[in-house]
Amino acid sequence: MSNAVSALQGVSYSGMAQVVELGLQGMITLRGDFSDADFAAAVHAATGLALPDQRKVMSKDAISLVWMSPDELLIALPHSEADDMVAKLSAALGDLHHMVVNVSDARAVFEISGAGAREALAKLAPVDLSPTAFDQGIVRRTRIAQVPAAFWMTGPDTFHLVAFRSVAQYVFDVLTVSAAEGSEAGFF
Amino acid sequence: MSTRLATQGRLVNRDTRMEFTFNGKRLQGYQGDTLASALLANDQMLLGRSFKYHRPRGVVASGAEEPNALVGLGQGKRFEPNQRVTTTELFDGLSASTQNHWPSLEFDVGEINNSMARILPAGFYYKTFMAPRFAWKHVFEPVIRHSAGLGKAPKDKDADRYEHFYAFVDVLIIGGGIAGLQAAKSAGDSGAKVLLMEQTPHWGGRAPVDGAEIDGKSAEIWVGDTLQILDKMDNVTIRTRMMGAGIYDHGYALGYERLGDHQPDAGLPRHRLWRIRAKQIITATGAIERPLSFAGNDVPGVMLASAVRDYMVNYGVSVGDRTVVVTNNDDAYRTAIALKQSGLDVPAIIDARPIVTSPLATKALQMGIRVETGKGIAKVKGHKRVEGVQLCLQAGEGSIIEEIKCDAVAMSGGWSPVVHLWSHCGGKLTWDEDHAFFKPDPTRAPTGDTGAAFVMTAGIASGDMTTGAVLENADAAGKAAAKASGHIPRRFAAPKAAEEPCDPMAPVWMMPQGASYDLRMKMWLDFQNDVKVSDVQLAAREGYESVEHTKRYTTLGMATDQGKLSNINGLAILADSLGADIPQVGTTTFRPPYTPISMGAIAGEARDEIFQPLRQTPMHEWHDTHGAVWEPVGHWRRPYAYQQAGETVEQAVHREVLNTRKRVGLLDASTLGKLVVKGPDAGKFLDMLYTNMMSTLKVGRCRYGLMCNENGFLSDDGVVAHIDEDTWLCHTTSGGADRIHQWMEEWLQTEWWDWKVYVANLTEQYAQIAVVGPDARKVLQAMGGMDVSKEALPFMAWADGKIGGFDTRVYRISFSGELSYEIAVPASQGQAFWDALREVGSAYGMQPYGTEALHIMRAEKGFIMIGDETDGTVIPQDLGLHWALSKKKEDYLGKRAQARSYMDNPDRWQLVGLETVDGSVLPDGCYAIDEGENENSQANMFGRVTSTYYSPTLGKGIAMGLVHNGPDRMGEVIRFGKPDKTFVEARIVDPVFYDKEGEKQNV
Repeated sequence: MSNAVSALQGVSYSGMAQVVELGLQGMITLRGDFSDADFAAAVHAATGLALPDQRKVMSKDAISLVWMSPDELLIALPHSEADDMVAKLSAALGDLHHMVVNVSDARAVFEISGAGAREALAKLAPVDLSPTAFDQGIVRRTRIAQVPAAFWMTGPDTFHLVAFRSVAQYVFDVLTVSAAEGSEAGFF
Repeated sequence: MSTRLATQGRLVNRDTRMEFTFNGKRLQGYQGDTLASALLANDQMLLGRSFKYHRPRGVVASGAEEPNALVGLGQGKRFEPNQRVTTTELFDGLSASTQNHWPSLEFDVGEINNSMARILPAGFYYKTFMAPRFAWKHVFEPVIRHSAGLGKAPKDKDADRYEHFYAFVDVLIIGGGIAGLQAAKSAGDSGAKVLLMEQTPHWGGRAPVDGAEIDGKSAEIWVGDTLQILDKMDNVTIRTRMMGAGIYDHGYALGYERLGDHQPDAGLPRHRLWRIRAKQIITATGAIERPLSFAGNDVPGVMLASAVRDYMVNYGVSVGDRTVVVTNNDDAYRTAIALKQSGLDVPAIIDARPIVTSPLATKALQMGIRVETGKGIAKVKGHKRVEGVQLCLQAGEGSIIEEIKCDAVAMSGGWSPVVHLWSHCGGKLTWDEDHAFFKPDPTRAPTGDTGAAFVMTAGIASGDMTTGAVLENADAAGKAAAKASGHIPRRFAAPKAAEEPCDPMAPVWMMPQGASYDLRMKMWLDFQNDVKVSDVQLAAREGYESVEHTKRYTTLGMATDQGKLSNINGLAILADSLGADIPQVGTTTFRPPYTPISMGAIAGEARDEIFQPLRQTPMHEWHDTHGAVWEPVGHWRRPYAYQQAGETVEQAVHREVLNTRKRVGLLDASTLGKLVVKGPDAGKFLDMLYTNMMSTLKVGRCRYGLMCNENGFLSDDGVVAHIDEDTWLCHTTSGGADRIHQWMEEWLQTEWWDWKVYVANLTEQYAQIAVVGPDARKVLQAMGGMDVSKEALPFMAWADGKIGGFDTRVYRISFSGELSYEIAVPASQGQAFWDALREVGSAYGMQPYGTEALHIMRAEKGFIMIGDETDGTVIPQDLGLHWALSKKKEDYLGKRAQARSYMDNPDRWQLVGLETVDGSVLPDGCYAIDEGENENSQANMFGRVTSTYYSPTLGKGIAMGLVHNGPDRMGEVIRFGKPDKTFVEARIVDPVFYDKEGEKQNV
């Protein structure tokens, strides 16, 4: 519907890194048996992507398959396509034991970009964010200060970060504090 | 007097003057000064009063070990007490004030304690304040509170910001002296990722001051060259003003970086706490010089010999014109020589050792310095400042041979490696007989998850006392750490240093060795806590054998400096008093942080708005702008009520209840937990989780269910909807969604891992809005869309469909007893749907209501609330919920526990309704009082109130409570105790106060 809005409606901040709430983003939770070839085939048929390895992301065009746990994937895609993809996956997976649910509105998605992006995150998440340890194609489920989050890179200095919708304001606020001008740690 | 010299001062920039104030007095220093050096340059030796006796105290040291010179720094929002002047960098506009004195630093009334020292011995508090009992609270404690303590706590909110930073490295090196630098180089050469941190603003540690020579260059030049090399290594990060605060399990370490302390107006975070994971950690933390224990060793002007040298060489400050050096080792001769070379007078070097022949001693003699061997100081003359020393034989009892006039004393009792960081995570120590110090035992290092050591030491911290050995040891440590972290060290040779032949030091724990009690009473071990040789000896006589107990009893080594100077001297005295060897007595435990770190650094970003995450529903902002009075529910904020102009919160709540009962209300129920459970075994799984049967629920229907933990206690409740053949949606309490999700996953992952069930938490995917009241159906019909009639959507059914153009799922469930629809829409459309409902509903008098109205309405209906009627000790049977306990099921979580004798017991308190005889509202949580008392002299009790409200619907107070034999006592009047010790009478009634037949919700 046209009156659908994201948690923070695209709010943004610019400091040593840029922080933008990306508005409505599509997201699907898919659970199933990764070791089952039929499962992988069904996912491939619906998304055109192979299953990602542990802590990895597979992307093509506007769709990403993000590894969440040994039996859970996050499918990131445009908001308007989520319901159709749920239907498509349900049909493709058929009788296989699985769960596929649209969680788009349960989340808020942020883009953190710029030269200070790694440091802005390294102040909040206990993750090795040095370029040698964290690069495109890797995902981490972790925390941002006091709330759960997951992030991966979509470009050389660009991260997508997913958090729960209810704490979107908190996540935006801690990110703007850590990305404040003049607080570069100069470590990476 | 202390003053600025015309020459020297390698760390100060004499072209840039800086103004600061000390107790309101305007003073000047140079860029590069510490507050200590700037104060000494202004002849400000007296800097504080001691903790217990209020004796005048001056600077003793030049670094982090300083026990005395603590001041309050800054003002207002930037005030901070107990700051060491020796580690405070001077900046323009700094303001400092002294502490622990009244009325003034120069004249302190508390000094009377000094003359009462004989009646303030070790353990004074414990001995004196035993009786009478009441006096502790009313007399002793307030007096002690007033007179004890150092600085005052800040009153204003901190103006600065703080942050954390997570760093991951191969090799972490703590300490930027020549050892740390060399270790960084040799580790960095291998390609390992290295982080080197130094707590001061300067690299090189003591070597440039002590005049070391490395690879034929002065230490100063070598340090500069090495820094250049490190700077070019991309894999090496070096940071000054960053202290290694602590080392913990699994290579975790804390670095405390002070970015803004010396430039408060630079707009930087004041402190940054580095949370580091390192594969290997090298502590290159150097050593700290020990004081000597002679009478009057705390008089301002008595300082560590190394500190006297530091102030002169680093800052161009002389602490006195005539300085007597007293020592038991060669190093202090460097101070005497340096003073003499600067044109200052050294009346004598008093050396406790009988014979000294080393090159340093020879040089001192050649320079014309008088050296008195085999001698000691019997007593320092002077009160607020050293005036002279009395010479005696070290081997004797303190008979005065001669009095030497001087205005400063430079003492050295030898050096102790800084073993704190090594010890934080379990590194063990060994006693070095030659140097009389504890040093790290590399065979008993802190170990990681594989059992391999992850901490090693470098340089003097290892116990190596010459420059050559330091560099060799540090080079090897760097290579070993690189190797242990998976890198191949390069085979470069360690730098070489000139030979430094020395005479052995002599352990001197008391000066003179046979000192009388009067002298021992004036020999300070712990300057900060006023602990003297006589106190430790008394503790030993009184049976304190453990060093840990002695520490607590005497306060030796406590407070902000944690005994950096007093530790070894204190335990040597204790060992001597006990007739034991020092290693046998051992040390107290070294705990992080190395020196105190700020509370702000620990909190990091967590303050003000982001102190804690607050969860907000999609309609949060609307509530906020429409009079919501907030109530915390878990991390959620929910509207307690919507206050309108001219009404109290209570009036708002009553209005909301009555409007919902008479017309129609609107509730934001989005916080309700929504867990979807799917799979071929989902029905079986829910039958185990809930006490009642869920698998038989028809698709399209809802059922209220209870969840217990395995001990039988009620844990959560909510309505379950059967969505399709193998999918159920479980509603949980608002605060319980995450907990119940975790609970389900735990059972699925640990016990029933072969059951085919998946769970997902969809709580936040939906905005859920309850439309409640007699006119609820009319509102939805006016919205247009799906059939919401009784026939199409009966009570306890659900259906998908469109309402007002929105895709919705509608549940006919009621927590109020009224006709009620709970409608879920995607969260992104929550606000739009809320607005649409309000627009249509206004014609029906629809008003939003908050959680308190919800609570009152559920209490009127006798519905229980998890957290009110339950507290973790209540079982469903207590609440009359037998109907929800399936008897058909073989098992469910809690079933077996509920069969235990204490659970299946008629003596358990049971749920009833309560109505006060006078119509008043019972106080929440009050107890039903019986006759008599129990064995603890408490009134006997037989029940308590669990929920209590004023019911606007019924116009009187209503309550629920748990009462012994309650359901069998209907109509009985019992009495409840109020906090004011009076009683209120209440009649036991049915807990359902309103519409017992349920006609209103089932229309």
